Amino acid sequence: MGKEIIKLEQGWKQLQEGITKLTNILEGLPNEKPFTSEEYVKQYTKIYNMCTQRQPYNYSKELYEKYRETIQEYINSTVLPSLRARYDEFLLRELVKRWSNHKVMTRWLSGFFHYLDHYYTTNGSVPNLNDVALTCFRDLVFKKESSRVTDTIISLIHKERDGEQIDQSLLKNAIHIYIEIGVYEEAFEVHMLGDTSSYYRRKAASWIEVDSCPSYMLKAEESLKRERNRAGEAGYLHRGTLRKLVERVQQELLVTHATQLLGKEDSGCGVLLRADNVEDLSRMYRLYHEIYEGLQLVANVFKKQVIGEGTTLVQQAEEACNSQAANKSSGQEQAIIVGKFIELHDRYMGYVKRFFMNNNVLRKALKEAFEVLCNKSVTGISSSELVSTFCDNILKKGGGSEKLSDEAIDEILEKVVYLLVYHRDKDLFAEFYRKRFSRRLLYDRSANEDHEKNFLGKLKHQFGANYTSKMEGMMADLAISKDYQRSFEEYLHENPLLKPGIDLSVSVLTIGFWPTCRSCSMKLPSEMVKCVEVFNEYYSSKTKQRKLSWVGRCLAFFKGRHHSSKTKPKKLSWVFSLGTCNIYGNFQEKTVELVVSTYQAATLLLFNNSERLSFSEIMTQLDLDHEDLVRILHSLSCAKYKILSKEPNTKTITQNDIFEFNSRFTDPMGKIKIPLPPIDDRRKVVEDVDKDRKYAIDAATMRIMKSRKVLGHQQLVLECIEMLSSRTFKPNPRVIKIRIDNLISQDYLERDPDDSNTYRYLP
Amino acid sequence: MPRPSKRKAAPSAVVDLSATPAPKKSRTKQTNKADRLFDKYANKSIDSIDPAGIELLCSDLRVPHTDIKILMLAWTMRSEKQGYFSKDEWRRGLKCLGVDTLPKLKKAVIGLDKEVMKSGCFEDFYKFAFQYCLMEAKQRSVDIETICELLNIVLGPQFPTQVNLLMEYLKTQSDYRAINLDQWGSFYRFFREVRFSDLKSYDSSQAWPVVLDSFVDWLRERK
Repeated sequence: MGKEIIKLEQGWKQLQEGITKLTNILEGLPNEKPFTSEEYVKQYTKIYNMCTQRQPYNYSKELYEKYRETIQEYINSTVLPSLRARYDEFLLRELVKRWSNHKVMTRWLSGFFHYLDHYYTTNGSVPNLNDVALTCFRDLVFKKESSRVTDTIISLIHKERDGEQIDQSLLKNAIHIYIEIGVYEEAFEVHMLGDTSSYYRRKAASWIEVDSCPSYMLKAEESLKRERNRAGEAGYLHRGTLRKLVERVQQELLVTHATQLLGKEDSGCGVLLRADNVEDLSRMYRLYHEIYEGLQLVANVFKKQVIGEGTTLVQQAEEACNSQAANKSSGQEQAIIVGKFIELHDRYMGYVKRFFMNNNVLRKALKEAFEVLCNKSVTGISSSELVSTFCDNILKKGGGSEKLSDEAIDEILEKVVYLLVYHRDKDLFAEFYRKRFSRRLLYDRSANEDHEKNFLGKLKHQFGANYTSKMEGMMADLAISKDYQRSFEEYLHENPLLKPGIDLSVSVLTIGFWPTCRSCSMKLPSEMVKCVEVFNEYYSSKTKQRKLSWVGRCLAFFKGRHHSSKTKPKKLSWVFSLGTCNIYGNFQEKTVELVVSTYQAATLLLFNNSERLSFSEIMTQLDLDHEDLVRILHSLSCAKYKILSKEPNTKTITQNDIFEFNSRFTDPMGKIKIPLPPIDDRRKVVEDVDKDRKYAIDAATMRIMKSRKVLGHQQLVLECIEMLSSRTFKPNPRVIKIRIDNLISQDYLERDPDDSNTYRYLP
Repeated sequence: MPRPSKRKAAPSAVVDLSATPAPKKSRTKQTNKADRLFDKYANKSIDSIDPAGIELLCSDLRVPHTDIKILMLAWTMRSEKQGYFSKDEWRRGLKCLGVDTLPKLKKAVIGLDKEVMKSGCFEDFYKFAFQYCLMEAKQRSVDIETICELLNIVLGPQFPTQVNLLMEYLKTQSDYRAINLDQWGSFYRFFREVRFSDLKSYDSSQAWPVVLDSFVDWLRERK
């Protein structure tokens, strides 16, 4: 039984009937009944036969084309017109319906034509039946209508943003079509995102002018939440859009206006911090933390805030200083600011920890802010000096340390060191501190030795042993000196005939550790000369081979290296400037004990031998500098206590003045202190430090070149700065260059002959 | 503390500026001629040509003794002491120039500056000029006044305006009282590499000696 050949037109006519039935069903025509299995099989078999007939009756290709044409025709005749006729939500609904129909149609049709997928489409590199159907829909329907559809969807989203209820499942289905067709990103997402950006741009622009920072942030948070829902699990947007959507919203709401928002005067970051507003600050952190580099925006405002507050403190300090009659140059008033800075730092560090999870970006901002603040001077006094004054005030007798507990002292010292890290000129601080430290030690003004040691320990820990070696040496010196003094007193006890008639105490110190002080030679009054001789003998008897030479009194500096060999003779040189004397003044009314400096004592002792002395006579007898003598005589005749009376009785000392012992002087107290105001050595300290810096740069440069052998100029400068900045000071590149030039001219380095920008180490 | 100064750098290979090498046979003859020329100017008691002799030589050569060519002549001789030419130095120099009589010497000296530029030895000569001014054994730098004169002689012909400006600056500033070899070397490089009309090409963050940084600042202020 042979099969009949089905001819194309004939077969197609029969197939058409089936197709028409299909479309009728799809259209929902009432009289059409669904396909029975038989009908289905009939269609399939017909096509099967037509595709397996022998050539030239193999109609695979033609049927394939017919399949496509069928779909296209249906779309053009029915689907497109129905879409074109509708708008807004109705458009969407229709689209969803038509797409659903299309899928059904595809299913049935490709069922009928299934045989083609067995051989024709697999062999011939033509798209399979499903793909053909999809492509038809995409090209015919979507390409033409998608912009309308997209616009509709977007306007619905707008409505929802503005608070209206919309049919979310409709949107979801409509959007899903895009995804299925594979055009989601280019036909929908990109437009939606663009629209979102403009929407929030407008919102932000209107909110930022009117809203306070907290309420703006609240709105932003709300908006983000809603947008997240749109693209979330239950949302109608594709999940992949979530991240991009959130970024857009964040950009428009939080990034663009960050500075303005956070910097709002009445409600911005600064206000919230001061008000301890946990809720809003946490929100701020949350919102900005998840934006890429978002916290940096907060940090910028934060930094400005800190610098602003700190600068105000400086201004206030300056005003307080200028308004008071107090002595500006001593720096006492100004030093208060150090305590204020410590408070400020503590407070803001607290904020960072409490509200910003101790985030690194904010810590860095705080650090940078303090690096600016800690290098400001107040009324021209450098910050380094102010910190040293602050420390002095804590550690001296009668100062802070006597009023506070040990833990409190430890805490405050710890914080001072912390603050020092921000200072650029750490070596300058060390010098100022050393000077005050030496005065505390030598005048016995230190309140508590343990506190002093504690502070040195902290400095050493932070900046290295080199930084504190001299100061530690100073403390060691005093300890040794006390031993000398004890054994000197024993020596006198054993040799009572040698007693000089005046109670004498000497501090023997190592010159390298102590700050240089001006010492001028002075002719000793005879009473003191004997003391010097006695100590001389004592000392040489104690230290056998050592030779002593005397220059002053009451303070001896040990010249030469501390650990030099015993065979070399050591010289003692004497320094007056830091000694004190207790003298009894036998006035008419009563005897008063005067506590004065050695210089003042020597001056007063002259009046044991003469009633009246002129300025020049005193100068000759004592062999002192003009300036020094003016200071001394001023303190004795023009200040609070007039031990000497002066002719003429003016407030200043001139060369022609005559002085007389003021026997009418008296005071209710039995013992008074007559201070000799110290000379302003501020400039000298700065000079000394500058000199040391040159050597430090030299040393650092040579160390670097020794290990690198050959190095380019910029690199050398950079490494030098790096090496020195953390521990001592930040060198000026120009100064480094001068030092390099110097090293070249001394043949420690040379310029590379081939590359003038490179240096070579010369061993 | 400065390092003990090294002896003046050993002279680099003598450049033979003569066109043809002298044949062996006539060398002794040549040397004798040169010696006789030497004797004409030398001071017998010290067996060297002294400043007076040099003045005489210069007038015979019709070249002023502040001219760069005389300095270059000293360079060919590798003369060590300013104002004096020893016999060895004399011989060396004349051999280098390939001359032995006065007319020949005159001709050679007249064209000496061009020869030096052509042969690419100017930089070597430039360094020599500085070292020639070092009088004392341990001296490392030359005072400003001498430097200015030297600049004028040595670099004046090539860079007249620049040299004038630099001289003016050096005379008016007070940071430096002397210039060392490194700084001296940098002057020539500076003139070659930096255009004065537009100082933007000068970058002070590079390894130029600070004296030049200050010079450029001064120039910029003047504008």
